[in-house]
Amino acid sequence: MLLHRLRLLPFLPVYVAVYFLFLYLPILLLPVFSFNDAATTTLPLAGFTTKWYASLWGNTVLLQAARNSLIVGVCVSLISTILGICAARAITRYRFRGQRPATGLIMASLFLPEIIVAVSLLMIVLQMGLELSLVTVILGQVVFCIPYSMSVLVSGFEGFDRSLEEASYDLGETAIGTFRRVTLPVVAPAIVSSLLVTFTISLDEFILAFFLSGTEPTLPVYIWGQLRFAAKLPGVLALGSLMILASVLLLTAAEVMRRRAERRTQATPAP
Amino acid sequence: MPDRPMISIENVSRYYGSYRALDDVSLEIGAGEFFSLLGPSGCGKTTLLRSIAGFDVPTAGEIRIDGTPSTLLPANRRPTNMVFQNYAIFPHLDVGENVAYGLKRLKLDAAEERRRVADALDQVRLTGLDRRKANELSGGQRQRVALARALVMRPKVLLLDEPLSALDKKLREQMQVELRSLQKAVGITFILVTHDQYEALALSDRIAVMFGGRIAQVATPKEIYQRPRTRRVADFLGGMNFLQAKLTSERSDSVSVETARFGTIRLERPKGFAPTNGHVTVGIRPERLRLLWDDERAPHELVGRVENRAYFGEVTHLTIGVDGLEQPLSMIETNDYGADDLPLGADIRLAYDPEAFVLLAEEGGSRQ
Repeated sequence: MLLHRLRLLPFLPVYVAVYFLFLYLPILLLPVFSFNDAATTTLPLAGFTTKWYASLWGNTVLLQAARNSLIVGVCVSLISTILGICAARAITRYRFRGQRPATGLIMASLFLPEIIVAVSLLMIVLQMGLELSLVTVILGQVVFCIPYSMSVLVSGFEGFDRSLEEASYDLGETAIGTFRRVTLPVVAPAIVSSLLVTFTISLDEFILAFFLSGTEPTLPVYIWGQLRFAAKLPGVLALGSLMILASVLLLTAAEVMRRRAERRTQATPAP
Repeated sequence: MPDRPMISIENVSRYYGSYRALDDVSLEIGAGEFFSLLGPSGCGKTTLLRSIAGFDVPTAGEIRIDGTPSTLLPANRRPTNMVFQNYAIFPHLDVGENVAYGLKRLKLDAAEERRRVADALDQVRLTGLDRRKANELSGGQRQRVALARALVMRPKVLLLDEPLSALDKKLREQMQVELRSLQKAVGITFILVTHDQYEALALSDRIAVMFGGRIAQVATPKEIYQRPRTRRVADFLGGMNFLQAKLTSERSDSVSVETARFGTIRLERPKGFAPTNGHVTVGIRPERLRLLWDDERAPHELVGRVENRAYFGEVTHLTIGVDGLEQPLSMIETNDYGADDLPLGADIRLAYDPEAFVLLAEEGGSRQ
């Protein structure tokens, strides 16, 4: 009925098209200009070139920033996923006092203004007399990534059927053996998905990294620095295009894994 | 009582705070017996099964398995295996790997392991499906995999937690037949938890009916259906017409009671029968009442009229109002003579056999 009435409104598809254009056109322009043989981002396009990409290779500062981002990303994804596993396991497996408030407080940091969090973390770090370094970036981003990793993991663990572990004990397996042979393999896709999601977030994260990184910039911080120089813009566009590509690939992989996790844990149909 | 108890449960209780999931349960289950724990949800049957499996530790009492005190023995060291209600098939393993799961710990040589997996799959009629993925199995197949995975361990006792409740009616009935013949074939003790009285009746050598954490009666299916000890047991196992009666005389092996319309009935005296005040409840199953047609006569007759009628295909359930009885009688008639065509309000005569009445104890879990 509703569908029928919707069809009578011809401007709806137009609206949807405009909506998507608005959302994605700017991002699509990025790779287009990154192959443009001109130092400015103006139309018409001047010609095709890959020199901006080639210039990235020789840039040692950029490569250093990329290395920093990689280190931070790997550490953040590992730490926040491990902490997320603990939290998600507690939330899905046990009933305890303060469960709801605890869950709420973990998730709430998603909605805190990031710049305020960054400033307060910076104040604490400086108060404690710590040097700003990649370590402080990692710590800050872990706080920020735990809600993401936890929600991915909770959805993966939720369907996990406790009787699978009981069945394993029942068949003679020990607690450690059960974890290794049943628990881990069944929830593995959710864990991989959480690693990928948090890595991607860390890779793109700017505000925390900007405040907490000191003299070791991550990629987004490096890009921000380059924007002051008009001549560097095409190189930044090339770098940005590569980062978008990496993010899309990582998030797609994460979603594939998350769905696989869901299928697995819910392969046992409810009676 | 079994000759050789495989499972002995002695005064087992399980409290959750002040809630008594099991309240001083004692029971013996014999070697090779097909035993059912029957009761409504929350009666403690699952808690008892999980205590035998080792997933739940009783607050008090002792459990022995084949003579070995096992109350505190962890699940992975008991000679019992379980078929879970939702089957708990490992989703990341295929059928063969699921069945071989427990064997891996035994470090058998590869050929022996393969042979035992293949035998187990044969036993549950899943021959050749060992490479099938867990999520490609139907409900009935999943159940067979769960059975094979447990049986391949050659347990002394197989525990079944409502294994058929997830299947549709037709498949359930087919699996009942298969379960029964499988148990005969392997010859080990099966303990089945179920809330389905027909399933318990059809499968078991003996049944324990449980209410509120206590065992109300342990008996063979026939005895428990025909000679239920309490009103609640009678009610749980199927329809029953209950009548208030007055005790008129008592002998060592029988009692006589006076009922409103059925007159004086002599009944077998149940073990440990002790009426509190002269008033007792007697019962008769609906199928033990029979319609009389035309000029057919019977030694014991009653007149009434049809108050309600429900057609069930092979039988018709009738509700018969009888003057002088508080409750109408329910009865079940085959449709051979046209019980399904009786008009509401029709006057009928029915016959009964006084022998079919049972004397029922009032509530309170009488001990075995």
